[in-house]
Amino acid sequence: MYRIDFIGRARLWMSISLALVVVGIASMVVGMATGRGALNFGIDFTGGTILDLKFEQPVDLGRVRNVVLGQGLGEAVIQQDQTDPRVVLIRTRSLTPEARDALLGALEKDLGRHTVLRVEDVHGVIARNLIMQAVLAVLIALVGILIYLAFRFEHRFGVAAVLALFHDAIIVLGAFALFRVEVGAPFVAAVLTIVGYSVMDTVVVFDRIRENLKLKQRGQSFADVANLSINQVVGRSIKTSLTVFFAVMAVLLFGGKTTRDFALALAIGVISGTYSSIFIASPIWVWWREREERARRRAAEPTRLRPAEGGRLRPAPATRPASAGGWPAEGTRQAVAGGRPAAGKKRGGKRKRKKR
Amino acid sequence: MFSWIKTVASQPLYLVAVLLGAGLVVLGWVLGYRRTRGAARSRLVLFTAVVLVLAGGFYFTHVQPLLGMVNLGLDLQGGIHVVMEGVDTPERPVTEEGMRKVVEVIRRRVDGMGVTEPIIQRQGARRIIVELPGIKNPDQAVQLIGRTAVLAFKDPEGNTVVTGDDLLSADAQVGPGGEYVVALKFKGEGARRFADATTKFVGQQIAIYLDEELVQSPVVQGPIPTGEAIIRGYDTYEEAKRVAAVLTSGALPVKLQIVENRTVSATLGSDSIARSKVAAAVAVTLILLFLIVHYRVPGLVAAFALGIYALLFLGALVVLDATLTLPGIAGVLLGMGMAVDANIIIFERVREELRTGRTARSAIDTGFAHSLRTIIDSNVTTIIAAVVLYYFGTGPIRGFAVTLLVGVAATVVTGVFITRYLLRLVMDSALFGNVRALWGLKG
Repeated sequence: MYRIDFIGRARLWMSISLALVVVGIASMVVGMATGRGALNFGIDFTGGTILDLKFEQPVDLGRVRNVVLGQGLGEAVIQQDQTDPRVVLIRTRSLTPEARDALLGALEKDLGRHTVLRVEDVHGVIARNLIMQAVLAVLIALVGILIYLAFRFEHRFGVAAVLALFHDAIIVLGAFALFRVEVGAPFVAAVLTIVGYSVMDTVVVFDRIRENLKLKQRGQSFADVANLSINQVVGRSIKTSLTVFFAVMAVLLFGGKTTRDFALALAIGVISGTYSSIFIASPIWVWWREREERARRRAAEPTRLRPAEGGRLRPAPATRPASAGGWPAEGTRQAVAGGRPAAGKKRGGKRKRKKR
Repeated sequence: MFSWIKTVASQPLYLVAVLLGAGLVVLGWVLGYRRTRGAARSRLVLFTAVVLVLAGGFYFTHVQPLLGMVNLGLDLQGGIHVVMEGVDTPERPVTEEGMRKVVEVIRRRVDGMGVTEPIIQRQGARRIIVELPGIKNPDQAVQLIGRTAVLAFKDPEGNTVVTGDDLLSADAQVGPGGEYVVALKFKGEGARRFADATTKFVGQQIAIYLDEELVQSPVVQGPIPTGEAIIRGYDTYEEAKRVAAVLTSGALPVKLQIVENRTVSATLGSDSIARSKVAAAVAVTLILLFLIVHYRVPGLVAAFALGIYALLFLGALVVLDATLTLPGIAGVLLGMGMAVDANIIIFERVREELRTGRTARSAIDTGFAHSLRTIIDSNVTTIIAAVVLYYFGTGPIRGFAVTLLVGVAATVVTGVFITRYLLRLVMDSALFGNVRALWGLKG
């Protein structure tokens, strides 16, 4: 009926994702522990001054560094443009206009004339605001999307999709933490875009699952439905992501340094988004549905076994049908717990599903 | 935008000729439309659509470029973005009244600089955002806006005659004989002191200092008893305006501190535009190639629709008076990739429907109907993210949010309605032979 068993290997995919997420979070923790910050926050988040200068002649970075040191700015980060050796970027703590003029004057004296391409100066107050706003914005977007999905689909789809895009966001954050790529205000925009876009692939898959669910036959498991659906739409998922990926890569490679990191975040997010809708969101949904299905069955059985009035409770396993819907027989603890469905439902999830 | 219409309309002969010509074309078209049926009619409509879009495309890229009408953000045309915060001092605590006055003073200073489309707005209780696009001398501008100026008119002996508090107004004017002057008005006590000084120092200079910095030292040509004076001798009106603005600025009622300052030079801005053009060209080429190679004729239709998308998109930006920023351009390209997504979802679905043995027409209809929900669902989430972004972001980020929103809207319109209509036309026109082969299916 379908070619590739995506759901059957769910544990493998989950492990891969978990490993990536752990690596990402670990690099954030290591960053924090070593005092460099969870992410390589740019001046938007930390406050500071950036000077983007273009000299008339290609300059020696060492000399620039000496001049900057001479101004008492030991902590400054100095970079030379990869494509144009005349362009130098200096990042320091927030400078007063006077300190900035002094630095520019010293540079001019030592290294010749230059034009100031860009000056960005952000104070700590503003930067602290931004962190709050960024976190708040991402949370609000997540909640909004969750509500919309729950409203349009059902809560299981909604939660699975949001978990998947949470995964995408963490993968992107983790990658930026691991490789210490600088994170500025545009990064927040990129993460929000990923959050919005990553759901798109998930919606395509879930839409198909929902459609196939209506045609579901008795012998079919939820895993079968999901597998069939994924097989049907995996081609288009990859293609839709591919076109967006083209656009993002074009910006990444040709758009210049201002948008490079922004595009990088989007590129990682697009890949992760496609992956997660198939390998994360769908298995979560299957797992949830099947868990509920099992709970429902267990809840149904003791009712059937309930003896006539005044009778005694008999142990359930003895009369339990061996192959209830093709599922391996379940343990008996919950099944006899007074025939109360809720009790079984809660603990059933810890059980591992046997491989078929 | 439509200046040529005026030119034509003002010349009766042209007008008649143009109207006649247009009438003939329309008449011919209607006749042709009525005479044809079926495939031939579809071909006619299709041909017309192609001609119209190509003509529109040419008009809006070469004759009256839409891109040229879009506002460019500070990061693309250069300019400054400054956020200032009121700081409490013992003498001058930050008050609502004071902040409102500060905005007024800054507005006057900015007006004096002759910047087109400046933005001056309050943010919260203590902050003011000032954005000045396309400014030539950013450092000077930042200083002029934010300075807590102390204005002093000093006599040749170094005594302060009047201060900013005494100055009622300073305006640039065109004086008698067409010369450019700055007209000053002093009030009350100040006017009297100014009268005394000008009486005493005729023929000498009165120096005007702003924060101990010499602005100008005009020569007193005669006693000025009324408290109304003019300073003469400016070469341009702009110069007079600048000096008037400096004088008016006086002392700000609240001490300001610059908490954020982003300055982008025009060089960097135009460099960014050039790079963005390359990125856009590469993105568009890749996407179009993919569409046409992979989906053949439907891909061509989608590529054509993408052209309409671009026009719609730019048109919407112009109509909304939105500002295109560097991240905004990334948003445009992203939107393009997403616009194609809608087409891919639809095409794949149509293919699927064709495989189940439906006729071409019904396959397209069911394919579109089924895809519509998916497309809307998947775009709503992007809209949610973009709205949140718009609400929380400032400057370039906000520009990105706007382009993303406009892009999504244009996506749904072109992806769903226009492509569908065009596809039907293509099928009905029977231009490309067997329908199944056209969709890349056998038999």
